Amino acid sequence: MKAADSLARRARWRWPEIVFWLLALAAIAAPAGKHLILNEIAILALFALSLDLILGYAGIISLGHAAFFGFGAYAAGLICKYATADPVLGLLLAMLLSAMLGLLTSLLVLRGSDLTRLMVTLGMALVLHEIANALPQWTGGADGLQGMAVGPLLGRFDFDLFGRTAYGYSIVTLFVLFVLARRIVKSPFGVSLMAIRRNSLRASALGVPVNRRLIAVYALGAAYAGAAGALLAQTTAYVSLDVLEFNRSADVLLTLIIGGTGWLYGGIVGAFVFKVLQDLLSSGAPQFWLFWLGLFLVVLALVGRDRLHGLVRRAMP
Amino acid sequence: MATILFDGVAYGMLLFVLACGLAVTLGLMNFVNLAHGAFAMAGGYTTVLLMDRLNVPFLACLPAAFVLSAVLGLLLERTLYRHMYGRSHLDQVLFSIGLVFMAVAATDYFLGSSQRNIHLPPWLQGRVEVLGVAIGLYRAFIIVLCGVLALGLQLALMRTRFGSRLRAAVDDARVARGLGIPVGTIFAVTFAVGSGLAGLGGALGTELLGIDPYFPLKFMIYFLIVVTVGGTSGIAGPFLASLLLGIADVAGKYYLSSALGGFVIYVVMIVVLVLRPQGLFARAR
Repeated sequence: MKAADSLARRARWRWPEIVFWLLALAAIAAPAGKHLILNEIAILALFALSLDLILGYAGIISLGHAAFFGFGAYAAGLICKYATADPVLGLLLAMLLSAMLGLLTSLLVLRGSDLTRLMVTLGMALVLHEIANALPQWTGGADGLQGMAVGPLLGRFDFDLFGRTAYGYSIVTLFVLFVLARRIVKSPFGVSLMAIRRNSLRASALGVPVNRRLIAVYALGAAYAGAAGALLAQTTAYVSLDVLEFNRSADVLLTLIIGGTGWLYGGIVGAFVFKVLQDLLSSGAPQFWLFWLGLFLVVLALVGRDRLHGLVRRAMP
Repeated sequence: MATILFDGVAYGMLLFVLACGLAVTLGLMNFVNLAHGAFAMAGGYTTVLLMDRLNVPFLACLPAAFVLSAVLGLLLERTLYRHMYGRSHLDQVLFSIGLVFMAVAATDYFLGSSQRNIHLPPWLQGRVEVLGVAIGLYRAFIIVLCGVLALGLQLALMRTRFGSRLRAAVDDARVARGLGIPVGTIFAVTFAVGSGLAGLGGALGTELLGIDPYFPLKFMIYFLIVVTVGGTSGIAGPFLASLLLGIADVAGKYYLSSALGGFVIYVVMIVVLVLRPQGLFARAR
């Protein structure tokens, strides 16, 4: 009984969380003007959340997480063009397909050290990039996938130029998937993942089926990343090759690191800081942004990530 | 056919010189240094600038590129890298990606984003026919130079006092320190030599690969392939891996399209790493 009580206590909603989500959902009704960047933030936050499931909770380092993001984006684009224009149905299908890809490729990351995983995930993203590039009749190649006519959301709300519908769609998706993820990581399943991350040998000695847990969470992370990609494809009605590029994998890793790993709000905080800073700093010259980002990473790694994040995490566990 | 093989060998030799520093830091010292390409870029730009602005002859640029990159490596090792040795791989990845981003941005800002090339001296240009095979003089030059370097490195690592101290320091730094081996100094010197070799590779590769601010990111995966596929127990594995990679890359781009050539290489890499996580040429520990 004690263990169940402590799990339940950890899973209780605190008031800063509730205030945050109320504000985020209320922003749908805010005056027009900032919805486009808010939409980008919500999508990046979902993408970072998916990486957090894999990296922060299960401890699998991935340098190629854009593989699932890009796969989901292309899947959503092709579904919209050839199967159904309904966005929600397309989103669910894209998630399902991404989860299947994650399930298949999870077998590749089970073995080996950090370095092997790093290389295999990086290689996966590169392989998908090459495939997308080599099939221009399907993906549009370097020109990108064009001609998506996304239908109205729930048959009622059209996607407009100012991005109000897009933001609403993305933030509600993020909220639903976030609640699900929160539920999962606070459950015994989530606790067993953290045990694996700390010491997989000891976890397996305690009877945790390590490989099955890793496969499950990898597929889940892939589905989340695919959802983020699908949201980007549907809200911009366009998919280009850069959804699969190394920079996107690196960016999402940095986003998560800025916000903090092993903490579900890390991706959201990171996405907000990342996008706002990028907006401010790259208005002059794009090199500045890259330089400051690099400097920030070097300092963060030298100082130690834990020291910076310890303060914020007490409020929103 | 023979020409493709020859070009592939030259390319592979070049990759080896570029990546062998990484084989030591990543393979032996277990430090994930994604910024290795930045030192190669420093060597490449040294050559371009020296030849363009000061009219220094090509052969004199090569040692200059080596020395400059080595000094840069030594400085960074003493000030920054030193603190990262014992940290987690994720921290090392973040740290070195940060360095790459800074190097890319700074180079782009000061030297422009366009690709730079050099003019080789006349005696290195052109091709000669040997036994019916057309051989590029510059590629032959690269093969000879890099072959000598590889041999020298193998001997230095296996036969000299410094080499045995380095291997001891890598195997168990604490015991080595207890035996009076100056581990910090040895790591610093090794890192400097590795960076210098990358710089030399960058200088040699300017003509074949071209150099631009995104060089460290474009070739990062190649360096990593050489080290991980080659295995991390010595110089011979990475050497064979870079030859294979060079030949496969040149042949793949010739026989297939350039997109499919890359595809084949990455798939082979994944298969090799999944089947043999410790590398093709290393024994399991």
